[in-house]
Amino acid sequence: MEKVIITVVGKDTVGIIAKTCTYLSNENVNILDISQTIVSGYFNMMMIVDISGSSDPFEKLASGLEELGKEIGVSIKCQREEIFDMMHRI
Amino acid sequence: MINRMEVSETNEMIEKENLDVRTITMGISLLDCIDSDIEKTCDRIYDKITTSAKDLVKTGEEISGEFGIPIVNKRISVTPIALVGASSAKSESDFVKIAGTLDKAAKETGVNFLGGYSALVSKGMTPADEMLIRSIPEALSSTDFICSSVNLGSTRCGINMDAVRLMGEMVRKTAEMSADQGSLGCAKLVVFCNAPDDNPFMAGAFHGVTEADRIINVGVSGPGVVKYALEKVRGESFEVLCETIKKTAFKVTRVGQLVAKRASEKLGVPFGIVDLSLAPTPAIGDSVADILCEIGLEKAGAPGTTAALALLNDQVKKGGVMASSYVGGLSGAFIPVSEDQGMIDAASCGALTIEKLEAMTCVCSVGLDMIAVPGDTKATTISGIIADEMAIGMVNAKTTAVRIIPVIGKTVGDSVEFGGLLGTAPIMPVNRYSCDAFIGREGRIPAPIHSFKN
Repeated sequence: MEKVIITVVGKDTVGIIAKTCTYLSNENVNILDISQTIVSGYFNMMMIVDISGSSDPFEKLASGLEELGKEIGVSIKCQREEIFDMMHRI
Repeated sequence: MINRMEVSETNEMIEKENLDVRTITMGISLLDCIDSDIEKTCDRIYDKITTSAKDLVKTGEEISGEFGIPIVNKRISVTPIALVGASSAKSESDFVKIAGTLDKAAKETGVNFLGGYSALVSKGMTPADEMLIRSIPEALSSTDFICSSVNLGSTRCGINMDAVRLMGEMVRKTAEMSADQGSLGCAKLVVFCNAPDDNPFMAGAFHGVTEADRIINVGVSGPGVVKYALEKVRGESFEVLCETIKKTAFKVTRVGQLVAKRASEKLGVPFGIVDLSLAPTPAIGDSVADILCEIGLEKAGAPGTTAALALLNDQVKKGGVMASSYVGGLSGAFIPVSEDQGMIDAASCGALTIEKLEAMTCVCSVGLDMIAVPGDTKATTISGIIADEMAIGMVNAKTTAVRIIPVIGKTVGDSVEFGGLLGTAPIMPVNRYSCDAFIGREGRIPAPIHSFKN
């Protein structure tokens, strides 16, 4: 399993989750966990996904999602899970 | 599984609190490049560096993308050149030729700096050591990315006062030869007592002779993260203060450890150490002086500064050592004046003096760093300042250093702009009384006694 954390932040609008999930589905990326909230009109979502099934390398998925974010008008950031594990787990 | 709060804490540290990895430094041994012919030596040095580090910058950028963490610098350190050039360099200009080769190799690999134009002379100088030292002003003014360091003393050997005297002259000459750039050459020149073999930070990085052929060392940063964490515990007890610093240092260092391991895997080069230093930048909110203010001082330099810094330095180490399997280098809070906005402010308003900075260096890494002094400061006075700092390192068995910049044509009240991470420095006043007769003595200061600690 190759876990990646995707964070989506930006002004709330229709279809942010739909478009992001469609993109991931097309890339054969499996979603393991989603947590989402809206604070004073701002959309904030964190996804844990497994990219081991995808034929594209991490860099390509990350830049693809960044592009998608620009189209929707939100910021989409991909990071490998290890940085969070290292920082928050002993 | 990781939760949203943890993800957003990490990302806030990166985006708002200036968390970054300050440097990935590849140490490269040049001992196998030694030849009796200077041209052959230069060719071998160029080939070894450009082959070993060809993927260093690209790998650094890839890792930065994978984890979403900035990796500010990619650097190279090499075996002290006084050793590498000892059998082929017959003159100062031969050493300058090696400096030119190193500069070319640094540019080819795309790194920010290359360190190791160095000599280790804590007890005595070989003819090659002395030639290298005398070539430093020319080498630094004719290259862009080369950093130079000289180890002048150690707890085991004492202080080589002949070399201290010579370095005072060389610092002045380096300043004069780069006078048109605000004496910038001196920002790339540092002298040490007890220099570490595995320091990833410039200007003092070199690849010690006890090291492997190639090694990856990583320097973390994070004064901003510590400052923001302390804002949340204002007015709390020392226990809470210390716990907060330790926890934050742990998190920051874990990122360094992760990046170091990943770089080591990707480059196929063994992991050396993580350097736990809190390294400030001139950016607002990325200041060690601001942490001292948050601990409870009006300005860095106020009474209590040395104690606050001692506490900070110790807690950073205590938090950091658990986060990394190998810790080394300088590992402590840096207090460079020009590279820290809070220090610049404190020095400008007179709260911070060279004498107070000297006291601060007794309890933290690394020494009198990036201090601009009047351009008419005598070579012997610079040697005197260096000797004082070397004595602190020697007696306290710690690394100390001096990176001082006599800014030609400027005096107290002026300031000098170095640009980028090197920042801006107000010219600080220097004690004007002479130490000529002291510095004029020949020989060395004997090693201190290692008993009767008082």
